[in-house]
Amino acid sequence: MLEIVDLKVEVEGKIILEHIDLEVPEGKTYILFGPNGSGKTSLLRTIMGFSGYNVVEGKIYFKGKDITDLPINERARMGIGMSFQHPPAIDGIKVKDLLKICGAKDEEIPELARKVNFEHFLDRDVNVGFSGGEIKRSEILQLMAQQPDLLLIDEPESGVDLENIPLIGRVLNFLLKGINGNGKKYCLREEREARKRSGLIITHTGYILDYVDADLATVLFHGRIACSGNPRELLKGISEHGYEECVKCIRM
Amino acid sequence: MYKDVIIPDVDEFKHEGGEHEYIDDLEQLSEEDRQQMILAGIDVKEEQRSGTYIQEDQSVVHCKAKQEGVEVMDVRTALEKHEWLKDYMWSGVNPEADEYTKKAYEKPHYGYFIRVLPGVKTTYPVQACLYLETDNLSQNVHNIIIAEEDSELHIITGCATKPHLQSGLHIGISEFFVKKGAKLSFTMIHNWAEGVYVRPRSVAMVEEDGLFVNNYISLRNVKSLQMYPTTHLNGPNAIARYNSILVAPEGSHMDVGGRVILKREGCRAEIVARTLSTGGKIIARGHLVGEVPGIKAHLECKGLILGDGLIHAIPELEGKAPDLEMSHEAAVGRIGQEEIEYLMARGLSEDEATSVIVRGFLNVDIKGLPEQLQREIDRAIEQGEGKFF
Ligand SMILES: Nc1ncnc2c1ncn2[C@@H]1O[C@H](COP(=O)(O)OP(=O)(O)OP(=O)(O)O)[C@@H](O)[C@H]1O
Ligand SMILES: [Mg+2]
Repeated sequence: MLEIVDLKVEVEGKIILEHIDLEVPEGKTYILFGPNGSGKTSLLRTIMGFSGYNVVEGKIYFKGKDITDLPINERARMGIGMSFQHPPAIDGIKVKDLLKICGAKDEEIPELARKVNFEHFLDRDVNVGFSGGEIKRSEILQLMAQQPDLLLIDEPESGVDLENIPLIGRVLNFLLKGINGNGKKYCLREEREARKRSGLIITHTGYILDYVDADLATVLFHGRIACSGNPRELLKGISEHGYEECVKCIRM
Repeated sequence: MYKDVIIPDVDEFKHEGGEHEYIDDLEQLSEEDRQQMILAGIDVKEEQRSGTYIQEDQSVVHCKAKQEGVEVMDVRTALEKHEWLKDYMWSGVNPEADEYTKKAYEKPHYGYFIRVLPGVKTTYPVQACLYLETDNLSQNVHNIIIAEEDSELHIITGCATKPHLQSGLHIGISEFFVKKGAKLSFTMIHNWAEGVYVRPRSVAMVEEDGLFVNNYISLRNVKSLQMYPTTHLNGPNAIARYNSILVAPEGSHMDVGGRVILKREGCRAEIVARTLSTGGKIIARGHLVGEVPGIKAHLECKGLILGDGLIHAIPELEGKAPDLEMSHEAAVGRIGQEEIEYLMARGLSEDEATSVIVRGFLNVDIKGLPEQLQREIDRAIEQGEGKFF
């Protein structure tokens, strides 16, 4: 689904990502760990194609096509969707208008919104005065309308209160599985078959691991991939020993 | 004061001529005139209107009131009918204020008189249209609007020109009187043409507990527009709200602002302006004067520049007493790349994203405006939109 080959990215004259090789196969969900400033958000933004993130070396392939130089909207149309850590506020555009832009039909909007407790925000201007947790829910809601094949999710649980974490976790899980989540029970086999979507999720806390089936985790450290492994084991190592120690241990 | 704006010489324009016949039914308007008026918010079927006044060049071509307690007349007829009206004329605007005002004083060409009687509320808005048809003509109107005690009046005025008009001057004196407890909303949609000079001169007097809402929308080319409507909040708890939405395409010069003078306790004022330059020049002024303690006033001026436009925001706050609350917020800039790219990540092209952001920017929710008029404004923006780029 996504293949990154020897990627090197420069921002404002500074190299922030280097020697990044990463492949997320169809139907797999990967977790990105890494300390603050290690380049996680930058990696997602580079995959999405944001200006300012200059690819100086390497390639990004999506569904077998080289997308390294494609404009953002074409990547979105090919099936890449991203939730933002700090999205901009847009005056005069209501959440429901944005959901239509994302591809939702008028009649399905209230139902979609209800799934993330967001039905009272449909007439609010996008991100204007939203709290941290509201931004998360709004971003996930947009992805629900967009139904992308590759989900790039930046810290879905940070700033979200305890009641809403399971809600976001479950919705994300449905999104990754390509299920609309309309309450219907799926048996395990059906779930596995439905699952064609891929995900790349940034998390510090790992709470999200309780809700989505993550296949692999990768640790970014100073702009490079330090190691990869089982998500829970890596999380345990990081929380017990810290990144510095954790990275050292694996290098040895 | 207006040095940045092209100043036309009033005497370059004809102040005589441009006569047209009265029509009983707006269906008799020519198709092209009708289309122009519709764009300026005029309901030519008059179904959802409590009254209509149409003036072409210097002639009143149609005038009627459709609701009991609502008066719509040309101002000359009104002066004959109401002995007292002469005391209102020129009580707010000084005829000597500038050469345009002076011309309107010396050579007036009608204008409308709209009044609602005490306690009467208009079911539908009253509409007025001032239309320029003849090239190189000056249209000098004097309008008087009176909302008597505890009444409620909504007016929509559309100004437009015949298509392909080369040049013209519009001078519009407007004096508003909002009596005790009355509510008046005045929504002006301007669709001028490239060669037209526009000089509105308006003053409003608002008494105790009165509300004056002044909305101004201009989305088309205009050679030069200059105005500074002033509202005097003369009674306690009087409120004024100005909303303007201005678009200046290349070749347009606008010097537009509003002033509210808060004179009594409990008065409140809010001025909100959204200005967009797609190549033209806009000077966006705003002036709030607080004369007594306990008043509250806020001014918000946001400008967006696309291409090589110019916007100069000049917000002024003048507090003359302790314990008052006055604030302003001004911002001028381009559309942020971050916003465009955010929408691109949701699938829009760069141009589509820009257009969505611009529409959002111009989308001001106006408090206290009947839904029908809000729709009229939304429609004007939607129709203008294709022309912004
Ligand atoms: N637009 C930018 N301009 C300047 N520096 C940037 C920009 N974007 C990222 N950086 C820098 O690149 C580095 C990586 O930042 P990034 O946001 O990718 O980190 P992160 O791993 O997501 O951190 P966090 O866990 O705090 O979200 C940081 O040093 C950051 O300051
Ligand atoms: Mg980050």
